[in-house]
Parts: sequence; C-alpha cells; structure tokens
Amino acid sequence: MTITQHQAGPLPAKLQLREDGSLRHFLSIEGLPRQTLIDILDTAESFVSVHAQSVKKVPLLRGKTVVNLFFEPSTRTRTTFELAAKRLSADVLNLNIATSATTKGESLLDTLRNIEAMFCDMFIVRHADSGAAHFIARHVAPHIAVLNAGDGQHAHPTQGMLDVFTIRKHKGDFTRLKVAIVGDILHSRVARSQIHALNILNTNEVRVIAPKTLLPADVEKLGVHVYHDMNEGLKDVDVVIMLRLQRERMQNALLPSEHEFFQFYGLTNERLKLAREDAIVMHPGPANRGVEIASDVADGPQSVILEQVSNGIAVRMAIMSMVMGAQQ
Amino acid sequence: MTESVNELLDKMTRDCQSWFADNGIDNPQIIGIHTGGAWVAEALRKRLGIESPAGTLNITFYRDDYSRIGLHPQVSPSDIPFDIEGQHLLLVDDVLYTGRTIRAALNEIFDYGRPASVTLAVMIERDGRELPVAAQIIGTRLELENNQQVKITGPDPLEYNIETREASV
Repeated sequence: MTITQHQAGPLPAKLQLREDGSLRHFLSIEGLPRQTLIDILDTAESFVSVHAQSVKKVPLLRGKTVVNLFFEPSTRTRTTFELAAKRLSADVLNLNIATSATTKGESLLDTLRNIEAMFCDMFIVRHADSGAAHFIARHVAPHIAVLNAGDGQHAHPTQGMLDVFTIRKHKGDFTRLKVAIVGDILHSRVARSQIHALNILNTNEVRVIAPKTLLPADVEKLGVHVYHDMNEGLKDVDVVIMLRLQRERMQNALLPSEHEFFQFYGLTNERLKLAREDAIVMHPGPANRGVEIASDVADGPQSVILEQVSNGIAVRMAIMSMVMGAQQ
Repeated sequence: MTESVNELLDKMTRDCQSWFADNGIDNPQIIGIHTGGAWVAEALRKRLGIESPAGTLNITFYRDDYSRIGLHPQVSPSDIPFDIEGQHLLLVDDVLYTGRTIRAALNEIFDYGRPASVTLAVMIERDGRELPVAAQIIGTRLELENNQQVKITGPDPLEYNIETREASV
C-alpha cells in the first residue's frame, strides 16, 4: 500500500488532541495551540534534571512498550527516542521495516496489526512519505499513541520542539527574537516544523535564507520573510539555524555545485559576525562540514549543536509521557 | 486554628535536635518535597542552623497515579545540590496523609544515591494512611473529616488552613 497525500488528508489538530485538549498523538506542530507547545517545553525542562540522577531513569512508562517503526534509516533520531523511552522505564522494540516485512509484500496495515497484537503502547514512526504518521494514527487501536519522527518532506515535530526548547533556554522570550533558517528549505521537514513552532510561539521575525531553487513555491504562506542573500538575511538575527543540504533527496540539478553553495550560503565566522554578537548557531545534524557550515563555526563558541542533541532526549521524554498519561 | 506555624516549627526543631542527638546523626542534609514541603524544609534548615542549601524533590515522575491523571505540565525539576550517597537525610513534607507521596519521594531519593538514613519530618500529620509510612518528627496531629484538607500557603508567611470541600455530585 502506498500512502498518497490525499489519504493523509489535511492535518487536523483534533487527530492529535483528546476531547479535554490533552495530547493523544504527536504528528505535526501545525495547528496545535500555543499552550500545548508551552506545556511540552515546561515538562521537558523538568526532565533535564533526570540526567543529574545516578540512576538516570524515572518510572513513568514502566510496563509500557514503545516501538520504533523506522521505514527510513536514522541514527540520531532513533537513538534519542530509544534513550528517552528507556529513561522513562519503557521497553523498546526497534523495527527497521525498510529491510523487513514490507519487502516481503506485507502491507503497512498488516504490519501494524501484527505489531498491535504484540501488546505495544506507542509507535514512533519515521517514513519517507509525507502523511505516513497521520495515516498510521488514523488506523491504530485506540490505546496506541503515535509520534511522528519525520515523514517525507512534511514534518519532524519533535526536532522542531527540541529546537525551540534550545532557543528558549538561551534566549527566553520569543517575541523579541529574530531567527534565520538557512539552506535547503525545500527538502526540509525540520524547517517546516521549526517555522510552525516559532510562529505559534509568536517569534518576532522568522527568516528563511536560500536560493530560489531550494525554496518551496508557497514558502511565504508559512509566515516567513524570504531572503536570497545571506549577508542581508543574517543581519541582527539572534538565532542562526543551518540546515543540512539533502543531497540524497535532490533529483534535479538544483545546485551548480556544493562548493558554490558554500560560497553563497555556507556559514563562516566572517558571516556570523553579521548576526547579533550573542547569536547562537544551530544545526539539526548531521552537518555537512564545508558544505553548509564551516568546521570552526560548528565547533565554535556560539554553536549549540551538541546541546540540541541532549535537549532532544528531554523533549522526547516530555512528549512521550504526555501522550501516555491519563489515557482512560 | 490552634497552633501557629511558628510554634509548630519550633517544636519540630527541638524534636529534630534531640532525634539527631539520640541517633548519633551529624551533619544531616535537608530535602523538602515540592512545594509546601520545600517551604517547611527551608524554615527548618534556618532554625537548625544547617548551612548547606536544602534540596527540593518534585515527585511527579514517581507518583503512582500517572496512568490515571497524567502529568501536570508545570512540574519544576528536582534539585539536589549535594551528593546523597552516605548522607543522613531529613526528608520534609507539609502534610502526611496517605503516605503515597513519601513512597514516591523515597524511590526518587534512591535514584540519586544510597543515603545512610532518612528521617521523615512533617508539619501536620492526619489520619488516612494507605501505606506503612510513619514520621519521626511531627509538628502537630489533626483530626480531620474525609472532605477536609489542609491548604498550605507560603513561603512567606508560611500558613496553613483547613478547607472543607463541598459534597461532590
């Protein structure tokens, strides 16, 4: 079975929320109330202290089984989800479906039913098709929560949340911030989730900086200011988010060469000086050093890239414990 | 209200001092349970002249009713600013009722390390234990009806009131 955009349909907030407004699935940031985002950030804040315990575990999801359903390869996202689940005392099952049942001709729904029959409680879904997590959320048994760990070019909401969590930790109030997202916006589900999160949190200004060929046609509808010139777009920003150039998703000649891309859109120390002196530099990883970001910037004092990875665990713990709480 | 909070704290301070003396406890560390217990802990710490700051436990992640009522989003993190391993701990809460909070707090404490001992101090003890939990240090004991609860406000001034819930439908 293939999942078309049509089957995925629009992305209603009500699929994600219970009647009382609590989080049931976490599929996309788009359409969620601001308070839900703030609740996630506040809850994540309290999970940070779990790392200070000598036993780095809390018993919230004891007896629950979390399944990482990865139809697309990933190391960092799967690992941090796995670690987050384990720190909540859940049991974790990792299924790499790309190399498993679906190649034997089993349909996605059959795969789902089989895993459901193993008494699981939560599916973490990554899939190359946009809308895959929504499709699964519509069809799972009612006690199962679905978390989107990246679907096609649509959304990567936990990454978006950990990015705004990292920004809030360093900068506080979003209403005073200028944030620039630089690079391959077209292929980036991360950028889309970041833009929705930043706008829902009332960020003063969200900019995207990219060549025309790497911007979606309807980019302005997302509520961003578009810049094609890096030197203009970086002026006075508080946060610079660099995106990975997604070479594996590029089917057409969208770029002359990586070398040329770096010349125009690569983040160097020289260019970073255009941003505010206290600006932070972020990257969702894995970074292509020398393609979108210079090594000395990625490892430099303004970089919070590794902090993003640590924060990813706390944010995912928060979301997992919110969707599993008070199910009755 | 019968006794002022100050009188309760003074009594608890005296009882703590003799408990520590009787049991050979030197240099106890204080941990208060968020939020009311943390206020009482801070007040006791000052009276006992303990210099190192009090720790705060937020037991939300260790509660036994998470699957029924879920998480309260505004949980503030636990903060234990000292190494628990081998320490004598004075665990402080405002009200001892079912005992479930103390069960959760002990579980959390042991995830930070293995203390030498834990002494439980509560400002108010009331009936209704559902677990075998007892406090060594007690400010006062109140006889309350099931529909009554103790409401603590603070930290300054630290006060308590007895509230009566309307009969639920």
